[in-house]
Amino acid sequence: MISFEKSKMIAEQMQYAETVAREKIRSQARYYDDHEHELPWEFARFIWDEGRMTLDCLRPWAEVPEEEFMLQIVTTEMISWGDLGFFMCLPWPALGGNAIMVSGTEEQKALVRDKFRGDKPTWCCMALTESHCGSDSSAIRTRAVQDGDSWVLNGEKLFVTSAQKAMIESEGYMVVWATIDPSAGRAGMKPFLIPAKTPGVKLTKLENKLGLRASDTAVVILEDCRLPLENMLGSHSTKGFKGAMATFDKARPAAAANGVGVARATLDFLKEQLELNGIKIRYGVSRNLMSSIEREIVDMEAQLRAAWLLVLKAAWLVDQKKPNTLESSMSKAKAGDIATKITQKGIELMGSLGYSRQLLLEKWARDAKVTDLFEGTGQINRLIIARRILGFSSKQLK
Amino acid sequence: MYSFEPTEEQKIIVDAAKKLALKEFRSRMRDADEAGEPAPEWTRAGWELGMLPANIPEEYGGFGEHSSLTGVLAAEELAWGDLSATLALAAPNLVALPILLCGTEEQKKAMLPLFCTEDYVHGSAALMEPQFGFDPFTLKTSATRKGGDYVLDGIKCNVPFAAESDWMLVYAACEGKSEAFLMPKGTAGLTVGGREQNMGLRALPLYAVELKECRIPASQRLGGEAGCDFSLLLNASRVALSAMGVGVARAAYEFALDHAKNRKAFGEAIGQRQSIAFTLADIITDIEAARLLVWEAAWTLDQKRDATREAYLAWNFTSDTALTAADRAVQILGGYGYIRDYPVELWLRNARALGIIEGIAIV
Repeated sequence: MISFEKSKMIAEQMQYAETVAREKIRSQARYYDDHEHELPWEFARFIWDEGRMTLDCLRPWAEVPEEEFMLQIVTTEMISWGDLGFFMCLPWPALGGNAIMVSGTEEQKALVRDKFRGDKPTWCCMALTESHCGSDSSAIRTRAVQDGDSWVLNGEKLFVTSAQKAMIESEGYMVVWATIDPSAGRAGMKPFLIPAKTPGVKLTKLENKLGLRASDTAVVILEDCRLPLENMLGSHSTKGFKGAMATFDKARPAAAANGVGVARATLDFLKEQLELNGIKIRYGVSRNLMSSIEREIVDMEAQLRAAWLLVLKAAWLVDQKKPNTLESSMSKAKAGDIATKITQKGIELMGSLGYSRQLLLEKWARDAKVTDLFEGTGQINRLIIARRILGFSSKQLK
Repeated sequence: MYSFEPTEEQKIIVDAAKKLALKEFRSRMRDADEAGEPAPEWTRAGWELGMLPANIPEEYGGFGEHSSLTGVLAAEELAWGDLSATLALAAPNLVALPILLCGTEEQKKAMLPLFCTEDYVHGSAALMEPQFGFDPFTLKTSATRKGGDYVLDGIKCNVPFAAESDWMLVYAACEGKSEAFLMPKGTAGLTVGGREQNMGLRALPLYAVELKECRIPASQRLGGEAGCDFSLLLNASRVALSAMGVGVARAAYEFALDHAKNRKAFGEAIGQRQSIAFTLADIITDIEAARLLVWEAAWTLDQKRDATREAYLAWNFTSDTALTAADRAVQILGGYGYIRDYPVELWLRNARALGIIEGIAIV
């Protein structure tokens, strides 16, 4: 039966996350935007101690809820509504954790769970992109060579979100994608688990970014990084590239939820401001009778809701254990698009106030842009959608 | 709990609607559009599905209860077949459902059985008015209480089956609100003008109607003395048209998708070019989103909650989506999109009605 009623669990989690966003995030957001790469430790410790957002794969002690992924998604949207930079600092498994859950053996999963049950906030990160390849991830050059009873990794990784938090600030993990056979293309791609403090892993640079400044994005160099054989995620037989792609089926709705959260923050703020200025949105009246501001708001609201419903559907499919590659790409393409447009519109409608750093609108616009870039750009997601609906292979539709 | 899965019963109804849309609607769409008349099979075969009586409780002659959600699921499929056909088949709803939702007990008892018959019966509603800045909440048509009667004056347009229907639900401003009045055929002062000639919806008979001191008993005001919940009716109407918009958008999209796969240019299918492929990707994404907006609005109506915002957002989004999808489909077909041997120009003309003309459907 089709229903848009939130379950009690989802509603409670959203309420909790909203309180956290209001009380622990919003007032801090500007400071951490101004102090790039400074980690909001107080926030991280609070989240860790509360334990209500260390979700996803981290529930071996409790029964896995039916809406496990939905819970993650609504939390993601709400914390992003608070601040996207702070969201990136949540001490939870994130992308790296998802990769482990998708590709890892039971022992590997348990190892990671233990890390996230410790006393100190811990992060996980994932390294895929390289300087010469981003979206075409199967072209990676980072090599893993078997040497006796260990793997030896060499290469350079770019845009590793949270590498600093996972490898330096905490004793977390990095999931690194490397090829064990460059001639094999996708088939040679394998994910490896690198714990913090492993020799041969160096963070050489933290990127300075347009937005998302509370979150670190690092360049990682692997120099004769030696790992035990069992640190290859899964086993030789598990699908490497497909594993990376399956990770995206969850990562994309989550990234879309990031975009929706920031866009909603903007729209909520705009509506508050309009109300303070005596402007009420008259839902239902003829469009011809609306002011241009009313039209803008109504259109943005429809677009925002449209994107959010696509996210909910893509997340629901995950919890139903049904395929969602098409739906997750749709949600991501739409959300990246509307998040960019709505946050820009926020600045435009507020004029010079919107442009000023006194308000958060300009920050939200800078933050939101990343949601049309990470976890597959808008173009890549359109490509995925198009191939699926047209039935064309990646060779037929480039 | 969130769920996007229709019930088994809804799936059966959707399936039946799909078959009807393909077999009777789509196949006769072009001829009916050219002739400017609905195909008799549309209402004859369509009525056999019993979609209206399925919304009406047994005590009033039907065999079910009202569900907007089921209504929109079926409406999308039907409109995929043809929008004019869907509006023609659902025209009796225009009288019956407002009575079911807002009528007095007497109105329900007297009127609803008239629409639970073996054969299709015409029904009509007059909401639109031919003036700039039309707003359903501030109608120019007026209803004034005079003794035991209401006297209606005004001009209406886009009135489906005005000439054919025994009953027409006329919307008019009354005591500062929009109210509805049940007007029988032949009421003195009621003049049905000629068939309108519009850009699209050509197979749907739409008329201009003039009301000049039309006197009807006060008991024929929808909902009696208390009047009706006009917002509810408008919301339900917008949700219905939104669902149909999704159907039209999908029809255009599917045709364009097929064309993009098969049409060759420069030695490959045109769909192998990103400019075409991305256009289709954007359309299907908006269609999926539009459908979810419609479902949410219909679900909100079924929960008996105020659906004004949801219905309005869905209506805005779907009418844009339908128009864009149809326009892009014409663009993808190129010259073929412009000629009437192909259906896409028809969808473009029909889609243009959505978001402009309201009050001509309710589910």
